[in-house]
Amino acid sequence: MEPQQLDRTFAALADPTRRAILARLSEGDALLKDLAEPFDMSVPAVGKHLKVLVDAGLVSRRREAQRRPCHLEAEPLKTAVDWLENYRRFWETRYGQLDALLDEMKLEKKFE
Amino acid sequence: MKPKTVGKLIVTTPTALTIRIEREFDAPRELLFDAHTRADLVKRWLLGPGDWSMPECEIDLRVGGEYRYLWRHPAKGDMGLNGKFVDIDPPAKLVTTERFDDEWYPGECTNTIEFKSVAGKTRMVLTMKYQSEEARNVALKSPMDEGIEAGYERLDVLLMPA
Repeated sequence: MEPQQLDRTFAALADPTRRAILARLSEGDALLKDLAEPFDMSVPAVGKHLKVLVDAGLVSRRREAQRRPCHLEAEPLKTAVDWLENYRRFWETRYGQLDALLDEMKLEKKFE
Repeated sequence: MKPKTVGKLIVTTPTALTIRIEREFDAPRELLFDAHTRADLVKRWLLGPGDWSMPECEIDLRVGGEYRYLWRHPAKGDMGLNGKFVDIDPPAKLVTTERFDDEWYPGECTNTIEFKSVAGKTRMVLTMKYQSEEARNVALKSPMDEGIEAGYERLDVLLMPA
């Protein structure tokens, strides 16, 4: 994936409303009005957030008669998740070492 | 001793400039604070992964005081950073800046570490704030040699509310 795509992905994810929309779409396709329902904001306002997600390639919309259901596009999200997971494991290694050190410090304190 | 995993490490990106790490430790926060601020202790865990050693670790623990870390790898060479203490509130909070010698991410980063006591354990929240979204994303991309393991089920990591 191109770096710009990744930047767009993270920019799109840097908002709680948009993360909530994605979480909802991970359970299945939905219409804008259904996506807007849980939020204390207007349908057009949620539509603006949806547009950011569509522009970032995280969500696609198809036509079904008069309806335009939204669909989660997994691939760009997966790449971003892989990055975060990699990053997470890097820190987990360090903090695993810190766990071990803390155990030693606790023992030292006990025998002081 | 084999390190054990006490709590789940959670990484989120609450804003365009930040990375947030949250984790629980099975120790009182006084020990956590010491492990983050005493040079003899820092160099025992702030390592890795793999063959990195930490030949330099100097800490002048006072507001405005500086610290210096240098890591060394037999194949990859040296990697150093300097920073300052911005706020010191033992054992609850520590705010520092950091800037790598080679600026592999542009500019500096402000690290805020909070230690909260929860039933004898410690909940740590580390927030790293970069000077640009570009720098934040470079930092997020950095530990790529760890090997990638895909996982769509890890969507929850990304979708955690801020």
